[in-house]
Amino acid sequence: MADLTESRIEAQSATRPAKRIKWDQIGDHAILIAGALLMLVPVFMIFASSSWDDITLHREGLQFGFSDDMANNYNAALFEYGGFTDSVNGVTMLANSLILGIGFAIGKIIVGMMAAYAIVYFRLKFATLAFWMIFTTLLLPLEVRILPSYEVITWMNLGNTYTGLIVPLIASATATFFFRQFFMSVPEELIEAARIDGAGPVKFFIDILVPLSQTMIAAMFIIMFVFGWNQYLWPTLITTDESLFTLVRGIRQIMQAYADGSSTPEYGEAAALAIIAMTPPVLVVVFFQSWFVKGLTESDK
Amino acid sequence: MKRAAFGQIGFPILLLIPQLVIIAIFFYWPAGYAIQSSFYLQDPFGFGSTYVGLENYSRLTTSRTYLSSFWFTVIFTTLVTFFSLAIALLLAVKADKVIRGAKTYRTLLMWVYAIAPPVAGLMGVMLFDQSRGNITQVLANFGYDYRLGVNYWDTAAAMITVSIWKQIPVNFIFFLSGLQAIPKSVREAALIDNASGTSRFWDITFPLLAPTGFFLLIINITYALFDTFGIVDTIVKGEPGNNPMTLVYRVFVDGFRGGDLGGSSAQSVVLMVLVLILTVVQFRFLERRIHYT
Repeated sequence: MADLTESRIEAQSATRPAKRIKWDQIGDHAILIAGALLMLVPVFMIFASSSWDDITLHREGLQFGFSDDMANNYNAALFEYGGFTDSVNGVTMLANSLILGIGFAIGKIIVGMMAAYAIVYFRLKFATLAFWMIFTTLLLPLEVRILPSYEVITWMNLGNTYTGLIVPLIASATATFFFRQFFMSVPEELIEAARIDGAGPVKFFIDILVPLSQTMIAAMFIIMFVFGWNQYLWPTLITTDESLFTLVRGIRQIMQAYADGSSTPEYGEAAALAIIAMTPPVLVVVFFQSWFVKGLTESDK
Repeated sequence: MKRAAFGQIGFPILLLIPQLVIIAIFFYWPAGYAIQSSFYLQDPFGFGSTYVGLENYSRLTTSRTYLSSFWFTVIFTTLVTFFSLAIALLLAVKADKVIRGAKTYRTLLMWVYAIAPPVAGLMGVMLFDQSRGNITQVLANFGYDYRLGVNYWDTAAAMITVSIWKQIPVNFIFFLSGLQAIPKSVREAALIDNASGTSRFWDITFPLLAPTGFFLLIINITYALFDTFGIVDTIVKGEPGNNPMTLVYRVFVDGFRGGDLGGSSAQSVVLMVLVLILTVVQFRFLERRIHYT
């Protein structure tokens, strides 16, 4: 990458007069800045608005500047109990979102790695069939089979449980497929050497394959955490008990309060809740950017 | 499978069991159940169901509301896919070109990926709100009376705008990594042969990006069909009424609000077939791509 850009600098300065490059570059930067603003401004407005009182927001819409109600709104969003049964506040929802995001990511990685290991590293006639059975699940997203999935969960009495919330989401093969691709690319010599040294399948997996997959695991964790955290439809159906609401699920309650329109909606609190709901996944993606990009571009292909 | 694979039988089966059990219970069972229920008519009071053959499907083809959702989904998917791909491609090409600040731009353009669709929808509702939305006010200055949730196409415009905004980062990341995978030698050869940036883009870069573009096309269609659920639901505030609806949203509304298990299942099966077609197209294309390169 570094030598690529360097050579491009050389190539460009060699073929073009200095002045044109400058104008070109200004144009490029202008487009990129416009794009960055398109992404930033709406979120910034929500953030700025989370510092205003409901009445201002109700009268004038989202704000660009900051006011002094920030502590109030975040306090309300995090600690004030709301909903129909008054049994949920922002902290509970934050905890539930974390449980869903982390539980889903870990569950998916463990189940996926185990299955991928069995498919790639064992002489098993049944492996091809298993692979196709698992692979088929990539075809139909949960949204397509949502009503029957819900019936199955209800029938199993798993409504309003963390198991019912997390496990059905694991029933797709993205992680298995991703680790399968990676294991296939691991050099053959490794397993040969391990076998000569007398390592069995468990030892090989734990001492060699897992340490080798660290980057892949990290990349997958980030993608899956964000995916789990941002789930909406499934938590909406499966959790009717407010103490199990996630932050993203909580957004639906806000929207319904708007639709009722009986009193001045708590805009400031809603904006604060939106900011709280987006902060953890955004931070994860920004800070672990290179892993995240790697996981995304390599898992979908 | 590796050449020097292990010979055990019991252990790998043990490893496969969790995955297979989960997909059997939470994938194959519901999917089979959906296909089965699509041939039955559920008694509204819960007293069993009767086999009706293809009636649930034929009901769909004559239902005015379903057909209107179908056409709306076609328009919605086309617009969301086209604009999010086009904007992302432009930004990726520029981000690949600039030398200074490339990393900062990358971060600024991709972080929205992490925002949940319903949170994006909530932002859309606040910006497009009928009386105090900032965008509504801007439009009012131009003399346009924008009415979210009242006017069908006004509501549709908000859904489409938010969905495009939310999808730009994914497309940007893939286009940028596709661009960076173009070999240095190709770029240099192109630079020597042709000084015009525009024609270099259309003759060299664009064809080389085509596989990424095609892959993204499928990803974007899938996104517009399924992942926009949260955006649609928040923008109609959970009360669809006469507002535009995507097909997935209608599966939810008819199944859970209308209690029409058979009809909803038939809709699910229609969507399954749609996804299958998309996948087959994708595979055929990938096959060809491997064949020629």
